Amino acid sequence: MDNFVVRALRHIGHIVIDGVWRLGYASRFFFLVLVRSGPSFRRFALTVREIYFAGVLSLIIILVSGLFVGMVLGLQGYDTLQRYGSAEAVGTLVALSLVRELGPVVSALLFASRAGSAMTAEIGLMKATEQITALDMMAVDPISRIVGPRFWAGVISMPLLAALFSAMGIFGGYLIAVVLLGVDAGAFWSQMQASVDLRNDVMNGVIKSIVFGIAVTAIALFEGYDAPPTAEGVSGATTRTVVTSSLAVLSLDFVLTAFMFRGL
Amino acid sequence: MDRKVLDLWVGIFVASGLVALLVLALKVSNASTTFNTSDSYTVTAEFDNIGGLKPRAPVKSAGVLVGRVESIGFDNEKFVARVELKLDKRYRFPTDSSASILTSGLLGEQYIGLDGGADEALLENGDRLKLTQSAVVLERLIGQFLYGRAAEGGSK
Repeated sequence: MDNFVVRALRHIGHIVIDGVWRLGYASRFFFLVLVRSGPSFRRFALTVREIYFAGVLSLIIILVSGLFVGMVLGLQGYDTLQRYGSAEAVGTLVALSLVRELGPVVSALLFASRAGSAMTAEIGLMKATEQITALDMMAVDPISRIVGPRFWAGVISMPLLAALFSAMGIFGGYLIAVVLLGVDAGAFWSQMQASVDLRNDVMNGVIKSIVFGIAVTAIALFEGYDAPPTAEGVSGATTRTVVTSSLAVLSLDFVLTAFMFRGL
Repeated sequence: MDRKVLDLWVGIFVASGLVALLVLALKVSNASTTFNTSDSYTVTAEFDNIGGLKPRAPVKSAGVLVGRVESIGFDNEKFVARVELKLDKRYRFPTDSSASILTSGLLGEQYIGLDGGADEALLENGDRLKLTQSAVVLERLIGQFLYGRAAEGGSK
């Protein structure tokens, strides 16, 4: 009876059961991190250390990419808008696209590849060199000591990085549109202020970046914690972190946008 | 790394992130151009057709921003649009002021223009503007124009 059809079906079943098992394991891991996150706040120095590695060291790439994204938006937006005689609206275009979409999404993608991959590799290597087992042997809970501070550092850093990205991008757009191309500065700012809403645009962008921060850090930490304790396993887990969290960010962005901006 | 240096960097990071949020809130968004509920009053106006007017659209008088559109509803008895305008308390208008829906530029957003009247009494919270002028719907204008041309052609 072990013919081709049975083998194919068995293969599909294997993949599905594996996927469900892993998803359940990931959810239990995420829940455990939340439950045991007390020490991340009681010993806040641990979290501060991780904010340095996740947030401060990502600053350069976030600021530079934000500046360039904003400058490109300024150039492209000006090129299109001046055909319709409304070059002043370039401020609106730059601010809305950065605050609503590009700020949270692009900084989350950069955060996943800059900080998420580092977290996965670090925890995976800790596991491969049996440091996590050693902690466990000394009755130190590795989840509250190692995973928790990293998780909260990611959740705290992400909205700040996204806000810096957006602010830097708007500055880049200002540089190109006003300083270089000669759009009127007053019209640039006032049209921007007239169309960007504090609650609907800025706050929704912040909510998005917090959700992305949770998703990216949780995926990175789980992949690291779950990595096979070999060199190959750690490298595979790092790759999976970047791929999975990028896909998660993009699909979550669609879902959040569909909810937030449906009525506008 | 030294604890003090680390703390300093994280402090700089968090402070600059909060400053960026503040810039987004105050310089980029409309928080700087809105006013509190306490120093504003609401009046309603009924329009036959509001065109593409949206909530939060500006209310201007002589080109100066004096308020914003609070909400837009439909009156199911008179079949007109009921628009609530939230006006800044600093600007008071006579009761016979008129509201008209205008468009900034040819393709720009629609806003409400308020023209002051000559009455002694001033508009109070909850009052209704009696004189209104609906939005100009471009399709109707073009339709009327074509209709007129067709009628002209028929009479020749």
